[in-house]
Amino acid sequence: MDVVIWSRIQFAMTAAYHWLFVPLTLGLAVVMAVMETLYVVKKDEFWKKAAQFWIKLFAINFAVGIATGIILEFEFGTNWSNYSWFVGDMFGAPLAIEGILAFFMEATFFAVMFFGWNKVSPKFHLASTWLTGIGATISAYWILVANGWMQNPVGTTFNPETVRSEMASAAAFWEVITNPVAVSKFCHSVTSGWVTGGIFVVGVSAWYLLKNRHVEFARKSMLVGAIVGLVGSGAVMLSGDSSGVHAAEFQPMKLAAAEGLRDGGNGAAFTIVPGIQVPHMLSLLATHDWNGYVPGINDILNGYTDNDGNVIPSVEDKMIMGRTALDALAVYRKTDDPVLKAEAKALLEANVQYMGYGHLSRPEDVVPPVGVVFWAFRFMIGLGMLIALVLLLSLIAIWKDKLGAWKWLLWASILCIPLVYICGQSGWVVAEVGRQPWTIQGLLPVNVAISSLSAGAVKTTFFIFLAVFALFLAIEIRIMIRAIGKGPEVEPSENI
Amino acid sequence: MTYEFLQNYWWVLIALLGGLLVALMFVQGANLHLGNRVLSDTQKRMILNSTGRKWELTFTTLVTFGGAFFASFPLFYSTSFGGAYWVWILLLITFVFQAVAYEFQNKKGNLLGVKGFRIALMVNGILAPFLVGTAVGTFFTGSDFTVDKVAITDPSAPVISTWGNAWHGLEALGQYPALLLGATLVFLTGILGDLYILNNVEDDGIQAQMRRSVKLSIGPFLLFFLSWTAILLTQKGFAVSPDGVVSMEPYKYLHNLLAMPAVLCMLLVGVVLVLYSLYLGAFSQSRKGIWFAMPGTVLVVMSVFFLAGFNGTAYYPSNTDLQSSLYLANSCSSYFTLKVMFCVSLLIPFVVAYIAYAWHQMDKKKITAEEITTEENKY
Repeated sequence: MDVVIWSRIQFAMTAAYHWLFVPLTLGLAVVMAVMETLYVVKKDEFWKKAAQFWIKLFAINFAVGIATGIILEFEFGTNWSNYSWFVGDMFGAPLAIEGILAFFMEATFFAVMFFGWNKVSPKFHLASTWLTGIGATISAYWILVANGWMQNPVGTTFNPETVRSEMASAAAFWEVITNPVAVSKFCHSVTSGWVTGGIFVVGVSAWYLLKNRHVEFARKSMLVGAIVGLVGSGAVMLSGDSSGVHAAEFQPMKLAAAEGLRDGGNGAAFTIVPGIQVPHMLSLLATHDWNGYVPGINDILNGYTDNDGNVIPSVEDKMIMGRTALDALAVYRKTDDPVLKAEAKALLEANVQYMGYGHLSRPEDVVPPVGVVFWAFRFMIGLGMLIALVLLLSLIAIWKDKLGAWKWLLWASILCIPLVYICGQSGWVVAEVGRQPWTIQGLLPVNVAISSLSAGAVKTTFFIFLAVFALFLAIEIRIMIRAIGKGPEVEPSENI
Repeated sequence: MTYEFLQNYWWVLIALLGGLLVALMFVQGANLHLGNRVLSDTQKRMILNSTGRKWELTFTTLVTFGGAFFASFPLFYSTSFGGAYWVWILLLITFVFQAVAYEFQNKKGNLLGVKGFRIALMVNGILAPFLVGTAVGTFFTGSDFTVDKVAITDPSAPVISTWGNAWHGLEALGQYPALLLGATLVFLTGILGDLYILNNVEDDGIQAQMRRSVKLSIGPFLLFFLSWTAILLTQKGFAVSPDGVVSMEPYKYLHNLLAMPAVLCMLLVGVVLVLYSLYLGAFSQSRKGIWFAMPGTVLVVMSVFFLAGFNGTAYYPSNTDLQSSLYLANSCSSYFTLKVMFCVSLLIPFVVAYIAYAWHQMDKKKITAEEITTEENKY
């Protein structure tokens, strides 16, 4: 395997691993902040002890999240050198803002939250708990502005003097930070974190109920967890719908791959699983129009006319225009003749829109691994709906006082903890594998985004990180299970 | 605001973040005492919990330093990170272990045991300042890379910044001036750690150890620092002409110092502050040395960055191809991006204010043995 593949595998592993810890951070942050608010408002020690227990689990999880976040930041430079130059001007500003606004907030108030119970006032402590979660959420926004830009590169101009994408005006900056893809990604990711946090709390509480331990604590935690998780589920569905519309508009190949749609058309059907289809549903979801046109993989390869009447060229034509742009750029950079330079610049500007395609060697390169994206999409939706159902049933069981009778639901809640991770990971597989071969949609394919390293060097670091990640995960799970086993320091057990 | 002003402004901020990073590496320095055989386990835990309340700020400063460098001078990021691969990866791994070591080390079931994680913290305590120092040292010795922006049009070898050797940064270990700066930072952060613990922890035995440690570190620190400074001020430097041509100039950094009296003053004030803190730590009863050492460190590090980047100097020079060297104007972000970031940076005083407030609230009570034995929320 070459350096491109190893760089991709390493980055994918780091990002996927990071995402094991982030959603629980985002979700538990809400749960524990709500509980501590109840403590401060009701002045009930129970809620303080409850919040402290979930904060303890939050802290175990938070450490690995931080440790892996910095790896991603470094890998942009170490493994994606061309990318970091090409996008530095666009991507740098959100990252710097993230550092200044969010990271310091998280780091400072996490320390107060964790150590400050006996050092600061209850209100200052409560503010710190909220600010830890808000810091994490703001952080998610800025990193998803960057990721959203890679999916839909708005507000950018290619500058042949510097050979990179640049942000040229306040309007461009505004476009970047309000990029619809970024906004819906932010809502989708953060609220999926609430689902993760919610079902985690529900699952752990269910375990206590099954063991007949900390019953009061478990019931009340389950209530908070189920509400946070259900609110999250609703928001995930809404933002998922807009993500689908954006994919249709900005990344039709991703949508086609997610649907396994070889040949598209008007009134396209949605495939639930191969062989079972709902007529017109894909058109409705993707375009909000019963008969809207959805292009398939072959349409995108061969060219088509979209719903607004725009003629989209074939990939082969885009590659020719892209190659023309790259050749013009080379002439522009090398010549000192002002006439030749002006001609080259004009030619570049006429074709720059497709410059990324000039790096491809054959049209089929634009097709992502269809099977992976297709099934990941189905896992994400199927598991997401199952988890929402379990959360809803948990709420009903608490309401109707059926927790003692519905033991199967308690087991289902525990089972949902690993499932929610598979669900979240599947979502990122759809988003990231689905946009292959692009690092930046249409502008920079992965094979050009890399660093000048040997495959052996990246392979070595991949295995080092693999070993470190496996070790940390094993430790994290062991410590987490022990902490759950020890339980909260609340009231003695009672029967359901 | 001109483009040049913004470039200089961001270099000042990078220098400030670099200075803060080194000053906050008192965390790394203090953690070296986790291997101190004279200290009891409770005393070690007091040190661990003292740095444990601060490590995230050091870590976050590192992340922000990287993010700000990426944002304001992306060609440095793409050239150095992608080129000096092993240096950055090593630094990264030591910090990754540090990030989990606090939370995990005293928990049952942590697989590596207390000792394993303490070793990780001590390795980070030595390697982090050493690697950062060595990397900054190459700002003055040069590195082995070329930058060719047309390369991106060549499908067979599209990478703009390429490193000239397979060592990918480890070759800096063969450049003794860079090594001297690395060693200087190891002893400086060690001293900062001693002074911080002296101030933050209430324990006679620990305090005696810290004072002893400062005394022992003064000699090697001054030896390495003065040797590096002597080499710096007498060596050839990488000068950039107004039209962007890079050439070697004898005594370049001495010239820079003399041409920028404000930087000379910063350097001298910084050195005096650090020396005074050494006196306070080693030869007086005062526990306030850290309050002089940290600002002193920030001033010295900032002046080192200014010598590297201002007054027509290439801050990340290439020995392989002089004209590939990076200077502020050829490696920075666009005018508009720097301007947006300028506006964002106006929030920094607010951030510093809330950090100071939170620290003040948390540090009102010094760490004591009683707290370590009775408090539930601890590392």
